[in-house]
Parts: sequence; C-alpha cells; structure tokens
Amino acid sequence: MMSTLGFLLAISFVVSLVALGVLIWAIVNKQISAGKKEASLIFLDGEAGTMDDPSSASAQAVQDAHRFDVERAGIDKPGARVVLVLSTVSIFFLIVGSIFGVIASLKLHMPDWLAEYAFTTFGRARTIHLNFVAYGWLSVAGIGVALWILPRIFRTPLRRPKMAYMGGALWALGVLCGGIAVGSGWSDGLEWLEFPWQIDVILALGGAMMAWSAVETAMHRDVHHIYVSGWYYLAGLIWFPILFFIANIPGLHLGVQQATMNWWFAHNVLGLWLTPLGVGTAYYLIPKIIGKPIYSYSVSLLGFWGLALFYSQVGIHHLIGGPVPTWVVTLSVVHSVMMFIPVIAVAVNQHVTVAQNMWAFKQSMALRFVWTGALMYTAASFQGSIEAVRSVNSITHFTHYTVGHAHLGAYAFVSVVLFGAFYYMMPHLTGKRWPWPKLISLHYWLTVVGFAIYFLTLTVGGFFQGMELLDPDVAFADITRNILPYLEGRSLGGTMMTLGHIILGIHFFALLLAKRPAEGSKV
Amino acid sequence: MNKITPLLLGAAGILLFATLMLVILPGWQMRTADAPPALEPYTVQQLSGREQYIANGCVYCHSQQPRATGQTFADLARGWGRASTSGDYAYDSPHLLGTMRTGPDLLNVGARLPSRDWHLTHLYQPRAIFDWSIMPSYPYMFEVKDKAGTDDVVVKLPEAYAPAEGKVVVARQEALDLVAYLLSLQRTYPVSESEAGMRDRGFDAVIDSGKQ
Repeated sequence: MMSTLGFLLAISFVVSLVALGVLIWAIVNKQISAGKKEASLIFLDGEAGTMDDPSSASAQAVQDAHRFDVERAGIDKPGARVVLVLSTVSIFFLIVGSIFGVIASLKLHMPDWLAEYAFTTFGRARTIHLNFVAYGWLSVAGIGVALWILPRIFRTPLRRPKMAYMGGALWALGVLCGGIAVGSGWSDGLEWLEFPWQIDVILALGGAMMAWSAVETAMHRDVHHIYVSGWYYLAGLIWFPILFFIANIPGLHLGVQQATMNWWFAHNVLGLWLTPLGVGTAYYLIPKIIGKPIYSYSVSLLGFWGLALFYSQVGIHHLIGGPVPTWVVTLSVVHSVMMFIPVIAVAVNQHVTVAQNMWAFKQSMALRFVWTGALMYTAASFQGSIEAVRSVNSITHFTHYTVGHAHLGAYAFVSVVLFGAFYYMMPHLTGKRWPWPKLISLHYWLTVVGFAIYFLTLTVGGFFQGMELLDPDVAFADITRNILPYLEGRSLGGTMMTLGHIILGIHFFALLLAKRPAEGSKV
Repeated sequence: MNKITPLLLGAAGILLFATLMLVILPGWQMRTADAPPALEPYTVQQLSGREQYIANGCVYCHSQQPRATGQTFADLARGWGRASTSGDYAYDSPHLLGTMRTGPDLLNVGARLPSRDWHLTHLYQPRAIFDWSIMPSYPYMFEVKDKAGTDDVVVKLPEAYAPAEGKVVVARQEALDLVAYLLSLQRTYPVSESEAGMRDRGFDAVIDSGKQ
C-alpha cells in the first residue's frame, strides 16, 4: 500500500506542475489574453494617469480626478447601502474581537485576572477573538469590499443588493450567536470550527445569499474580460462554501481523520478565503490609486492558479510529526514550499507597480496601508513556506512562533489591506471626506509599531520556547518562566493595535455622522 | 480569463482534488485500523469531562500527540508518553490533538499524574502547586462552603490559597468529570508495527536511512 500512496503523492505533485505548465504555454501562445489592455480595465476613459485617493489628496486633486463620478456613482449606488452596513458590522466585530484578543493575551501572564467568569476564561476569550476577527471582521469587511469592487470592475451595478443585505444580516447574527455560544461553553471543539454546526447553518445561508449577489453581478457584466480581482473574489466565494459545508457535516469525521479534515479546512480558510479577499483587493486598489495598470498582468494568472493548486494542499503541515501518515504530511510540506511560485508572481506584480511609483506611496494613506499589507503577504507566505520544512517546523510547531506567523498573515496582510480599502472606499461611498486625516496616520503608525512589537516578541520568544521544548534537559517550569516577558510584550503590541482599531471606529462613525459637504467641494 | 463558468469549475475542481488528497484518502487509509484492544471506550462521566475540556478550551494550550524519539527525546523524557498513532484516538470525537504547548502534552497525563486530589487542587488554583504556572484557575468549577456535605469532595489547599474562616472548597460535578477524563488519558499500551507505520515517520527516516 505504501508504494500506492507514494504514487498518489507523486501524481498530485505532477498534476499541479502540468497544470501550471499548460497555463504558461497558454499565456505565451496568446491562448489567453492578459495584457495592458485587460489590466487597464479598472480605469474609465481618461482616468488612467491620475492619482485617485480621496483619503489623502487635496480637495482640488480629488475633484480633478473625479470627472467621471456620474458614471461611477451610478454603478456604486445600488450596492452602497449593503456595503455600508457590512462595513459597520465588520468594524464592530473588529473592535469587540480585538478586545477579547487583548483579554486572552493578558490572561497568559495574569492567569488569575477575571478568573471567576467562565465566559472570559482563556480558552473561551481566545476562541471568541479568533472567530470574531476571522468571521466577523475579515470575512464581513472582505465581502463588503468585494461587493463594492466587483460592480466597478464589471461596470454594472450590484445585482440583488437586498438579498446580499439579508445575507449580511444573517451572517452577522450567526457570528454573534456563535461567539455567545463559545463564551457559554457550547463549542464544536475544532480549531476554526468552534461555532456549533447548528449556528453554522445560519452563516452558510447568509454567505450563500451574498455570494449569489456577487455571481449574478458577474453574469450581467458589461465588459468582456474579468479583471484579476474578480478571479480571486469569485473563486473565494465558491471555495469557502465548499470548505464550510464539508467541514461541518455532523458525525462524518472522527479521530485522526477529523484532524486532517480540521487542518485541510483551517488552512484553506486562510489560503482560499481570506487570502483571495486580501490579494483581490490589493490587485484593484494599488493600480487604481496610482493611476497606472499593474506591472505584468499575464503573471497574475500564474499567481492565481498557482495559489489554487498549491495552497489547497498545504493544510497537513499543521500535523508534522503527528499521528497521520507520512505521505500526506510530505505532500503538504512539498506544496507549502511550492507556494513560493504564486507568491513571487503576486509580489512581482504588486511591488514593482508601487516601487515604480513611490511618489504615490508617500502621498496616499490608503495606498500606504494596502502596500504594507501586500508586502506582509509576501513576508507571511515566505515565512510559511520555510516554517513547513520539517527541520524548522520541529522548532516552531507547538509554540507562540506560530501565533506570530498567523497574525503576520491574517493581520499584517489581510487586515491592513482592508484598512486601506476602507480609507479609500468610504469617501466614495458616502460622498464625504474623512474628518481628521491625521487620525489615519496615527492608526497607521499604531498598527506598524504595535504589530512589530507583537510579531518580534512572539517570534523570538517562540523560537526559544521551541528550542527548549526539544531539549530534554530543560524543565517545563523554566520554559514557562522564560516565555513570560515575551507574552507581556505581546500584550503591549496587541493593545496598541487595538487602540488603532478604536481610532478607526471613532473616525468611521464620525464620517458617517458628518454633514455632507456643500456642492463644489464634493468628493 | 473572460468566462465565469470555467473559472468557477476550475477553482472548485482544484479544491475537490485537494479534498481527495488531504481528507478522503488519509481517512480511507486510517479507518482500516481497528481500535487497539487495550484501549477502553470512554465512560459516560469521562465523556462529560471531555465536554468540559472542550468547553473551557484546554486544547488551546495542551496538545495530545507526543512526538516520536526520531524527532526529539524530550517528550518521552518529560513523561508525555510514546509517539501516538491513529488507533489511540479511535474513540475521540471531536479530536483534540491540539497545536500548542503553552502547557504540557496531556495524552498520558492520567499515567503521569494519577491522583484525583492533585488535579482538583491544580484546577482550582494551579499556583497552589507550581508558583511558576500560568494556567488559568477555574474557581467557577468549585464551590466555597461553610461545611462539606457527606457527598462533597473537598479540595486540599495550602494555607495561602484556602478560603478564610474555616470554610472549605468543594468540587462541582464539572470539576469531578473533567478530572475523570484527565485520568482516562493513558495510552501506555504498546502499538503494532502496522499502526506505527501509519503515523508521520518523516523524522525517523533521517536516523534510519543508514539501515535501508
């Protein structure tokens, strides 16, 4: 049987490589056209060549850049309400979710604080944090931004906005109920799948309604070509329901088999759901803000299909050295390393585009967030590929190093891209400018400094923790004592990040409440 | 790319292929194994305790998967047990393998720390036993009473952590259940070669390569 399985492993790898080869052949032989013309689809006539960022530019520059607002506004308008509601909901979950994160972090070095309340015991606070930020913040904000960008790249208004609206409400209700369930001790017990499956039904229904709206908009598009952001969004909206459905079938999974399913699901939530939302958003906003198409559009095809082929099979690197068959672990390790290909493809496109236009990076706060996030995507993916190699994983597995890595991906990449998207999108959506642009800068620096502290303490502390865990001569008591200062450092960084979120929240509501400016100074 | 249908079908097809490789095939391979004869199914009380373990999120700090000696001798040396195999989890639903070792691995905690009283004290206040521990205390699983009833299990506590004025701390049912589950965590029986062959041996190969 072992030889059969070795054969399967080889097959899986060869299939992925052949698929990529076919793709490259198709691009080179112009079977698929993906060039400057397609890449420039995000611009309306005359828009290319001017910077577009209402969060930072002067009022005059904004006005000049928006000679075509009538057409844009017509496309944006039908979806404006649902996007606005999703944004509001996501910011609520961001703030509540990060407060639970700080509580959990503090408890790791103040274990008797709030100990009498079951709702906030470490195991529950941490879980509410993860689920609120993953499903309440990243997913809702990501869907909101996607439902705003998709009509723009398809040049047609959002279809079935009411259905998306209802779907968003159901989803938010599901996340809230799930959080309360976890806090009350009702959990399915699997990481990333803690919400009871009975509540997941509500989420699934809500998600399907929002996806329907997006797909129907795509079917009615007024352009021939689907811009790269659209591939990521549409694929993500297909991938997540499949993952969520298979993972939640009650009674199907058991024992170690359930563990492989668990990590197939959990890593694909990152790779095939949150990553497409982040990468898709960056692919739209970077060239749109700068006013120039991305560097090498055809390479983005390689990035997309490479992500699909390789990322989908990396999950079992969470079980390296565990009670699962060697071949499936090796399969995931190999695919994790292969992730270098799609990540470099995305990096070439996004980073070169910005690097050739550094003036825009200096001027635009929205671009500053988005590009920082895009850079962190490259960093998180490189780190992840290396972390999956057995010799490295031996040290980092089971330690806080992994927590640092998870936040590099989910926070420094996806969250930060979405922050940038909010700063860019809200003025377009509301027709109002951010009341205090300096707060955007403050939020940026709180994010950068707070995250740097967070990441460095966990990475260094986690590395030492891992080395000590492998050393039979180090007492467990000493491992715990040694990690303590790093855990305190993490609380400091996390608190700064949370402070940034509260500033974003205040600014966001101030923008909503602000009076619309008089005609003439219109955004 | 200009068409929706091939995009969506291609994306879905790739994910289903990954599902085949990561979920269906390993599941099919591991389900050929029966539960080891020496492994007892959980009792009703142990299962209730397992629910407590899940509800309070113990899994986020405690793994249940000792590593093989090919990777490190530390797990065995710390008393965490031999490398686990899929059969060891035959009765586990949901699985609780865990990915974190802020605390020690618990797959053999029942063999390593077999005292119920020790666990009750440790759950009520870990720092009553280890001053360096950062494990949460779980006072809500216990009750402070003036006087213990006939069926009550009293928690033994050092003076510094005992309640004032001669009161006693007794365990609630959830604490007793949780301890029953912890004590059931013993995977000390030997495993067959075919069982061991079904776990990740990627680290063993480095050592064994000379023989092959």
